[in-house]
Amino acid sequence: MSASLYTQRRVTNIVAMVLSVAATGVGLFFLAWILWETLSQGASALKPQLFTKITAYREEGGLANAMVGSLILNILGIAIATPIGVAAGTWLAEYSRRSHLGPTIRFLNDILLSAPSIVLGLFVYTIVVLPSKYLSNGNVTFSGLAGGVALALIALPVIVRTTDEMLRLVPGTLREAALSLGVPQWKLTTQILIRAARSGIVTGVLLALARISGETAPLLFTAFGNNFMTFNPLDKMPSLPQIIYEYTKDPSPDINTLAWAGAFVLTMFVLALSLIARFTFRSKVSHD
Amino acid sequence: MHATASNAVTTLERPAEAGRTTKDARNDRIFGWVLKACALLVLLSLIGAAGSTLWLGQDAFRTFGWGFLTSAAWDPSNDQYGALVPIMGTVGTAFIALLVAVPISFGIALFLTEIAPQWLRGPVASAIELLAGIPSIIYGMWGLFIFAPFVATHIKPWLMHAFGTDVLEPGQPATGLARFFTSDYAFFGAGVLTAGLVLAVMIIPFISSVMREVFQTVPTRLKESAYALGSSTWEVVWDIVVPYTRTAVIGGVFLGLGRALGETMAVAFVLGNTFKFSLSFLETGSSIASTIANQFGEAEGLQRSSLMAIAFLLFVVTFIVLLIARLMLRRLATKEGN
Repeated sequence: MSASLYTQRRVTNIVAMVLSVAATGVGLFFLAWILWETLSQGASALKPQLFTKITAYREEGGLANAMVGSLILNILGIAIATPIGVAAGTWLAEYSRRSHLGPTIRFLNDILLSAPSIVLGLFVYTIVVLPSKYLSNGNVTFSGLAGGVALALIALPVIVRTTDEMLRLVPGTLREAALSLGVPQWKLTTQILIRAARSGIVTGVLLALARISGETAPLLFTAFGNNFMTFNPLDKMPSLPQIIYEYTKDPSPDINTLAWAGAFVLTMFVLALSLIARFTFRSKVSHD
Repeated sequence: MHATASNAVTTLERPAEAGRTTKDARNDRIFGWVLKACALLVLLSLIGAAGSTLWLGQDAFRTFGWGFLTSAAWDPSNDQYGALVPIMGTVGTAFIALLVAVPISFGIALFLTEIAPQWLRGPVASAIELLAGIPSIIYGMWGLFIFAPFVATHIKPWLMHAFGTDVLEPGQPATGLARFFTSDYAFFGAGVLTAGLVLAVMIIPFISSVMREVFQTVPTRLKESAYALGSSTWEVVWDIVVPYTRTAVIGGVFLGLGRALGETMAVAFVLGNTFKFSLSFLETGSSIASTIANQFGEAEGLQRSSLMAIAFLLFVVTFIVLLIARLMLRRLATKEGN
């Protein structure tokens, strides 16, 4: 009787262990599958013209304007989100100790972190794109600027959270030493605390950049996209994820091939960025 | 400041220093306000996202009333809109995603915390987290070009055969469980099941990394006591680790659910974007996010308002799901603190 119970427990244990290993195998298998398809299909579609010609919805076209557009949109997004995010994170870590507002905002920031990006895109459409008709003879104008604002809204919670966490890791003695010398709080914050947490904050910005460079949904109704090379942020602006979206929907296999090439470039960029963020500053960051 | 400057007592606080103290105090206040204003922007963007979609969606809510939630009509040519089909698509895909992702994530977390040798844990954890870094549009492409054909040739015919729906004529009603496995176009890879599976792959890294983190918070003492009493690894996990971390594990699952509900690009290609009401997981459908992505560009009037209205519904539902997730995860943080 007891021997059979022992056997039963051993069997249960072995089955559970095997299933657990199998689950890990499944996870790794899908990772390998997706990466393999993107890299192999994308690499065979790579041609020098991708980087020199603009989109033409024909096989001869390239992706140059989409890459330039993505670059501009990402720079805009990060340029808007970084000062605001670092400031908000600093307030949470340094100024909100005795208020209820601090924990509430920290909590809501975590929710904003995983909020549906398409709804955030519609929000920016409402506050940036729709009002533009009062400035331009009643025409609603999509713009790179609106796309930048949408991306900033997605980057913001990432930067707020890392800044907050990194500043809270700075030892209290550093604050006490500076304050005892009569350093005003703003000077303490900007010249000592932010510097002490700098590499962690840079990691946060890199992670935010990795996050927004793959975003498609919030750009559909803000930057919208076009088929020209444009450097003007008040103009409609194409981006790599949005072109991939359009080219994937296209019925022509030649155009789909271009989408794979774009996917290859995008995935390599995003993965390289998140690997750099993860490993360069690994010792400083508790988790993402 | 003027007459007292010559007084010997005030040499301790010279006018210049008094001025600096006042200036510093003022700068400190301004600095604090600026930082606080930036922090309030986080709050404002959440309120703004809910408010703007509700504001622009009010026409749809007024026109259709509560029927908006229960009507299966989404018919731009007759200007009739109901949210039932997109809601069912969203819930159905998220349900399948959780059904598949939760056990797999649990297995991965178990492997990484109890089974794998120490040298293997870091690399495998990083590889799984790499899945979270892949842009969602890539999942969408892979889903459309690679995975949907795979479902159409391998998974779907097998399921339809198992439930006996492969012999039904198109439109012929099925009974019992088979109702969930009918398909009018058997050769078609897109559908709720395919989209749900793609979503499952997407949310596995989120759920498994939360589970792994909370499993690591279980005191070694507790586990070692159980091992000392002769427990097997599985018994330690099931009877010690899981009860100890239950709340946070559910929090992690809700976090994954929040992601799955709001995901757009991964499902936009593989859901089919049809608006016919169906209970079947093998039938095409549409989700709230995919409907917005596909239609908002050309939408006018009541259709645009209806899209804003379903965006509002999506935002409110994901907000509640994520709220529950964070509350459950926060309880673990306080427990850790003790």
